[in-house]
Amino acid sequence: MSALSFSSFRRVGWISLPLAVGIAIVLFWLVVTFLAPVMSSYDPIDMVGRRLQAPSWQHWLGTDALGRDVLSRTLHGARHSLPIAVIVVALSVAIGALLGAISGFIGGLGGAAIMRLVDVTLSFPPMLLAMAVAASLGPGLENAAIAMVIVWWPVYARLMRAQVLEVREREHVEAAIAAGASRPRVLLKHILPLCWTPVLISATMDLGQVILLAASLSFIGLGAAPPTPEWGSMISDGAAQFYSWWVALGPGLAILTIVLGFNFVGDGLHDYFDPKSK
Amino acid sequence: MTRYILRRLIAMPFLVLGIVTLAFLLTTVTKGDPLAAIVSDRQMNDPEAVAAAKARWGLDRSLPERYVIYVRNLLTGDMGTSFITRRPVAQDVLFRLPATMELVIAAMLVGSTIGIALGVLAAYFRNTPTDHLARFFALIGSSVPVFWLGLALLYVFSVKLGILPGPGRLDPRAALPPRITGFMTIDTLLAGNVKLFIDAVWHLILPAFVLGWAVAGTISRLVRANMLEVLDREFILTARSKGAGEFRVVIRHALRNTLVPTLTVIGYSFAYLLTGAVLTETIFSWPGMGSYAVDAARGLDFPAIIGVTIVGGIVFLVTNLLTDVAYVIANPRVRLG
Amino acid sequence: MRQEPLFSVQDLRVSFGRHGHQFEAVRGINLHVDHGEVLGIVGESGSGKSVGMLAALGLQAKTAQVRGSAKFRGRELVGMPRRELRTLRGSRIGMIFQDPLSSLNPVMTVGAQIAETILLHNSAVSKKAALDRAVELLALVAISQPDRRIHQFPHEFSGGMRQRVMIAMAVANDPDLLIADEPTTALDVTVQAQIMDVLGDLKKRLNLGLILITHDLGVLAGHADRVAVVYSGEVVEQAGIDDLFERPSHPYTRGLIASIPDMSEEKDRLFSIEGAPPPLGRLPGGCAFHPRCPQVQPICRTAAPVLRTYEGHSASCHFADIPAEGAA
Repeated sequence: MSALSFSSFRRVGWISLPLAVGIAIVLFWLVVTFLAPVMSSYDPIDMVGRRLQAPSWQHWLGTDALGRDVLSRTLHGARHSLPIAVIVVALSVAIGALLGAISGFIGGLGGAAIMRLVDVTLSFPPMLLAMAVAASLGPGLENAAIAMVIVWWPVYARLMRAQVLEVREREHVEAAIAAGASRPRVLLKHILPLCWTPVLISATMDLGQVILLAASLSFIGLGAAPPTPEWGSMISDGAAQFYSWWVALGPGLAILTIVLGFNFVGDGLHDYFDPKSK
Repeated sequence: MTRYILRRLIAMPFLVLGIVTLAFLLTTVTKGDPLAAIVSDRQMNDPEAVAAAKARWGLDRSLPERYVIYVRNLLTGDMGTSFITRRPVAQDVLFRLPATMELVIAAMLVGSTIGIALGVLAAYFRNTPTDHLARFFALIGSSVPVFWLGLALLYVFSVKLGILPGPGRLDPRAALPPRITGFMTIDTLLAGNVKLFIDAVWHLILPAFVLGWAVAGTISRLVRANMLEVLDREFILTARSKGAGEFRVVIRHALRNTLVPTLTVIGYSFAYLLTGAVLTETIFSWPGMGSYAVDAARGLDFPAIIGVTIVGGIVFLVTNLLTDVAYVIANPRVRLG
Repeated sequence: MRQEPLFSVQDLRVSFGRHGHQFEAVRGINLHVDHGEVLGIVGESGSGKSVGMLAALGLQAKTAQVRGSAKFRGRELVGMPRRELRTLRGSRIGMIFQDPLSSLNPVMTVGAQIAETILLHNSAVSKKAALDRAVELLALVAISQPDRRIHQFPHEFSGGMRQRVMIAMAVANDPDLLIADEPTTALDVTVQAQIMDVLGDLKKRLNLGLILITHDLGVLAGHADRVAVVYSGEVVEQAGIDDLFERPSHPYTRGLIASIPDMSEEKDRLFSIEGAPPPLGRLPGGCAFHPRCPQVQPICRTAAPVLRTYEGHSASCHFADIPAEGAA
């Protein structure tokens, strides 16, 4: 035997830790999403203090240029970012998975056309395309969301197609076809149930990326319109008040932690399902 | 191998046409009204002025007509005229491309250096505090919004500590070197001005780090996974049995064996860099394509938006092609088609 | 006065794990080999034979702890600073491993890999000279057109040729000791004999001490001078090769001999020892071999046998045909 097999005695410490931390962070922000009005001491839109006050006991994260409480606005920001991210990813998964499955299972001219559309869409740097689409749709969080779905669905279409192509070749599927099951039935009952795991892991990790993208669009003025307490546009306010560092601190940390949380969860799930990478 | 490259080259024009079509469709078949960008509110009530503007910018024609005209013009290098700068979009984009390229290349250098170093460290010290710390640092890079990080670092290093310069490509008081390549680092050197060259490099550090850190996470994750696999291979034991030192074993034997996937992920990370460059340029007042795109999007400058999106797509396409070709060349055992 | 052997191992122990979950993979082995001598170490996978030899050269896994003594030309290797140990590896002590494909670096030319071994230990030698030497070495292990083949990559060689490359690399600096870990296991039967011939030839030419680690006692016949049989991290029998084949004293050794495929006799089924070696860390009480021993007696389950030696033949079995008070 070689000494190399002893690597299997390696301690496995990292797998559960990021998953736990990630889940804790995500849960925290979920709670904030629901309880923001209860948790914050001030109204996120009203002027509640003097302008541009540094952090103090009254305003833990200071006030912005309009005298609004940054902490309250940051907490309320979760009510925009989280639901948007979930909706965008859910829509992208739904559209992408459907078209990817069709392309993988049925193929033909339609399937090929779908994949060419996927190829072309994925040929753009995502931010650039999202910006272009969002700009032509006009500002607003809904339009930004539509733009993000347009940019994001091809990712899942490609993933789903690859999964379907792989699962299709398995014995139990061939057996079902041989037994005379109808094609939709084979797809729904025998193929799709086995395709979800990688799609869902990818979706979890993408939640963080979508939050980043949404904030980026808002930051350049293509997402939420003022006075909505959206993190990206709050950082934009902070950039305008560059020397009052606290204005951008809250929303920045908010984005950082929640994206970190989703990345931890994604990493943990990835390790869990693919122990080779430990 | 040659056949594979040829096939990819033949597919290129079709993909480019796809890019052009998609960019055109996505930005025109929408409810956004480009007129609002050209015509002032007062003129909006004047039907004649509106009609004149429509005719001037070709908005009075049908969509398919406009598409055909656009593609035909594009073939001659004409991307239309920017609503805002009133200059040809192609000229604007070409003028700004070098600044973006300079930033992206610098960021790629920073990102791959950090990413490879973190990945190697994490793999070599797997499951130790070093590994956890390296992975955490990398993960932060891919989680932090670049526009916020840029602001924070500018505030800390430029305003508070004063050790790094503020935004821009050069000291605003300095006289610009004659523009030859558009790369500030190269142009200053060509002008024989070493002091200005150092200033240019100095100005690159923060934006390149902000942008590079973002891709360092992706790179380090991949390097770590590949290194873990390679370090468990038998030839590593052979290298040690030859009396090679650990540094040599890790770099020359293990890392060298992960070169192909590492180069590949660095090549693909270009997409992230181009995406991140849009925002980094905005924060650092970097006069590149990214800030041009942001200005265009904010000002509903449609010719510029379409143009910059198409160019971004083509740059991206070419980089990915080059990456794939490099992959095939660097890996003699892969024989694709 | 007895001269100090070239390489000797005394009570070598290698353990893995930490905090109470420790187990020993090598439980105190004693061996020695001299210039021009071939020592065979035989045992099943997981018996600890490779782990022990690697550990003696400081090549153990990071999680392993090594105790005991391993001396090379009078110098203690266990606990020797890594830097010093490195000057011995590849220079005075060469190693060959089982699978020549995975043992060679796939992205370096064969010549560069051989030259590296030379350059690592001779700072005065130029790259060119090292490559010239690599050509000579390939010729030495009977590879044709060596000047052309040094520019090739491992995947362009056949299995047997790769193992020759490994051997050339291992002897590049005229070592005193060569440790070959299952050098023929991954090869075709016909190639196996060739490789063994190359090794035997080199041993004679370079007056090497050679340690042949294998799971196949048959490989050692006709090549080894002495054999150590390892079971569950211990040497259970050690003797001159003829002595061992004529008078095997341990039932495990007898089992190994019986399981050598015999070309002359047509047997329907190959004999094999029943059961599997015990998992490390959960050794049975008494003699470690007792659950698989065909001659097991009550005492075997309770008391561990002591290694007894008589006229250079040692064995640890309660029923070994060796006098209790050996004249060793």
